[in-house]
Amino acid sequence: MADYTLRDLESWDERIREKVEEFGLDPYPQEFEICDHTEMLGYMTYSGMPSHYPHWSYGKSFEKTKTLYDHGVTGLPYEMVINSNPALGYLMRDNTLCLQILTIAHVYGHNDFFKNNFNFITSTRAETTLSMFKAHAQRVRSYVEDPSIGPAAVERILDAAHALNMNVGRNRAVKQLGEDEEKKRLWEDAQPRPDPYDRIHRKQEYEAPDLRKTPASPREDLLVFLRDYNPYLAEWEKDLLTIVHEEACYFLPQIETKIMNEGWASYWHREIMNSLELPQELHLEFLVRHNQVVRPHPGSLNPYHLGIRVWDEIQSRTVDRATQTDAPRDPSPACPHDEMFAVREVDRDISFLRRFMNEAVMRDLDLFEYEQKEDNLVVSRVSNEEQWRDVKETLLRNVGMGGTPIIRVTDADYGNKRTLYLQHEHEGRDLQLQYAEKTLLHIHELWGREAALETVLNEKRTLLFYGEDGFRQEPLA
Amino acid sequence: MTTGAIFRPFRHSDAERSDRSAGDRLRHRQKIRESIRENIADIIAEESIIGQHKDRVVKVPIRGIREYRFVYGDNGPAVAEGDGNVEEGQVVGQAGGDDTGTPDQPGDQAGQDIYETDVTLEELIAIMFEDLELPDLERRALKQIPAERTTRRKGYRPVGIRVRLDKRRTARERVRRLLATRGRLDAPSPTSEEESRGRHPFHSGDLKYRHIVPEMRNESNAVVLCIMDTSGSMDTMKKYLARSYFFLLYQFIATKYRAVELVFVAHHTEAREVTEEEFFHKAESGGTFISSGYQKALEIIEERYHPSLWNVYAFHCSDGDNFDSDNSTAMRCAKRLADVSNLFGYGEIKPRGSRYYESSMLNLFRRIDAENFQTVVIEKKEDIWPAFKSFLSKDRAGLSTFDTPTKEAAGA
Repeated sequence: MADYTLRDLESWDERIREKVEEFGLDPYPQEFEICDHTEMLGYMTYSGMPSHYPHWSYGKSFEKTKTLYDHGVTGLPYEMVINSNPALGYLMRDNTLCLQILTIAHVYGHNDFFKNNFNFITSTRAETTLSMFKAHAQRVRSYVEDPSIGPAAVERILDAAHALNMNVGRNRAVKQLGEDEEKKRLWEDAQPRPDPYDRIHRKQEYEAPDLRKTPASPREDLLVFLRDYNPYLAEWEKDLLTIVHEEACYFLPQIETKIMNEGWASYWHREIMNSLELPQELHLEFLVRHNQVVRPHPGSLNPYHLGIRVWDEIQSRTVDRATQTDAPRDPSPACPHDEMFAVREVDRDISFLRRFMNEAVMRDLDLFEYEQKEDNLVVSRVSNEEQWRDVKETLLRNVGMGGTPIIRVTDADYGNKRTLYLQHEHEGRDLQLQYAEKTLLHIHELWGREAALETVLNEKRTLLFYGEDGFRQEPLA
Repeated sequence: MTTGAIFRPFRHSDAERSDRSAGDRLRHRQKIRESIRENIADIIAEESIIGQHKDRVVKVPIRGIREYRFVYGDNGPAVAEGDGNVEEGQVVGQAGGDDTGTPDQPGDQAGQDIYETDVTLEELIAIMFEDLELPDLERRALKQIPAERTTRRKGYRPVGIRVRLDKRRTARERVRRLLATRGRLDAPSPTSEEESRGRHPFHSGDLKYRHIVPEMRNESNAVVLCIMDTSGSMDTMKKYLARSYFFLLYQFIATKYRAVELVFVAHHTEAREVTEEEFFHKAESGGTFISSGYQKALEIIEERYHPSLWNVYAFHCSDGDNFDSDNSTAMRCAKRLADVSNLFGYGEIKPRGSRYYESSMLNLFRRIDAENFQTVVIEKKEDIWPAFKSFLSKDRAGLSTFDTPTKEAAGA
């Protein structure tokens, strides 16, 4: 059985909190729930939410996780914490005392990140997280139980909505304007600038903006667009789209800050644990566990490892600066982590890595770029003097939401046939055609009319259609 | 930041309640089942399934239920950590494997979703026949025979045999009588000496017996007659196709009837009843008189499986290579066989590359206009399932003209 009691955890928590305050971290109030591995599997399936709406895809993900766990391919996480106020963390009952202490410290790191990083602040509302998921669950269940709707109809809409849920605007801090507002702005932008020298300048050319087009400017939130512009959707169908969209917005910051967030939590659990003056046997176990968590995974990327390495880099730069320039202006031994705190507020993985990933770190991590050549994955570039920038660029394209293609609605009435016209912003990577076809089918289902997607396949501009007659594909001039 | 964190202890009751994914898992399984059903023709054609025992677990490759979304194909490079001495041109993994690279890609990667699932053969067969949506039409009133005697309780009564005495009810009856007599002010004088002394023995009127009625369940029995041409021209491939076909037929009939018997008739110029082993594995040689097989089948039906008691399913596989002199007899026998069977089929097995110009019985048999007679052609193993479906659909079409309400027959 466990080698600790709840009392132990509470007293360790108290000491950890002292350190948290000392370091200047600023988390939400924290709650912990002790759970066993079955519950943990359940929480993993439903993203940690105590209540969540039903859909078969969660059954699939449960089976997958459970199979991997049962066969010992992967372990379960030591902890899980959700971005809510108060933050809710789950601790595995079977963990040792040392692991629990480490985990509690780690959770405070995440908690602080949730409360202070702009992605989370702008995209989620921590106060209402739990109630939002609960309300979603209740609404979906009420539609399932409604005899005039039923499970099959709900599943059809959810299937389609899930296919599009990651196609959302990435920066939730930028608010989408209403269509009228948008048009007004377009019109204003098109007006000639007042020019004090217009008498001697050539007359400015005025080009009227196309204000009849919907949407006036391209839209990235596909679900929201389908909801607002397909008048044939029933209220409950629109509500399902809203639900899926809201959940996607909740998860967006987690995807966008995976490396930063895990690195941040790992950095602080290490600092806290080192400052706790642990008894020797606990400290030794901590060292082992910590190294398991942040060790490199050759052949893939360990966000914990990558993250903590970059945070260390930021911190050592700050320290270097402070020692080199015996600056009287900024001695501040009280706040030795100022730069780190600033970064954790304003960055996301892509900007974080762009700013702080330098050649030394890249070499240190031995980052390399690989490509598929026939049936093999072959190293195409390594982090040496000439190529590290290219490797970095590739890395930046793959972190956060980089794995999801950007697709925008540009015209809701293409060819005057109510065809929904979408554009894929192609930046070198082609879409997987079979997946694109099936996803277009889902758009077609939600739009009710034909859906068209402009993309590039094998360096040729191509238009993919999905309509009443099924799928077709046309080259574009 | 002054209050400590709240710790909620582990509670078993919560853990037990926490099988929250049960419903979603169930739905996922259903979807897998649907996926198996869609690919059933491919699965059936797999050699490993044919002729296996019912309880055997077979591995069925199924395409996972994919969740489609817009994802990138495989033409983009990715980045990974090395072990400290990675060099250009080094091979770091196999494409399509999910153990290398592609870190933290949201959602599904294409092509990772194929997995195998374990299904018992019985389940697979159940799925197969769900797909056919075949009715229980075969249970014709005439052909139902009492297969099972069971008993059912039906209330209580004052007479019966000793073992069915219901003691509790009897005792209750006695108490009731007692109360009834006591409550009366003008109670009659005790009827017997014992009662006058304050004792209250049981009366014969108190006795209650459980009443049990016999119930007859009408079950229908079926016999599958597998008739195969084992002449020299039937090679291993043809026999394999025939075998697959008979296997399906047997499995199907077995799901519909409680008692199913199998009869194997092998014929060349003469017909014999043989064991299953001999039927499929023993090579014979010589010419072919198809009529001999039919005659033998008719004999067996006459002797052991009279159509008034049995549902007869007969199927004949041949390569259509018959002696011309036998054709008219064969026609006559086929008609007679069709008359006594629920369903009679003729499958002509012509693997690709075999000699097409050779004689075929198909043209001849097409002239038989029995409702329940059907011919199919099997060229390759992928044809087996469609052929089988069409064979049974004949049955369906033929029987839908019956004016007996089949639902009720099925519910009986």
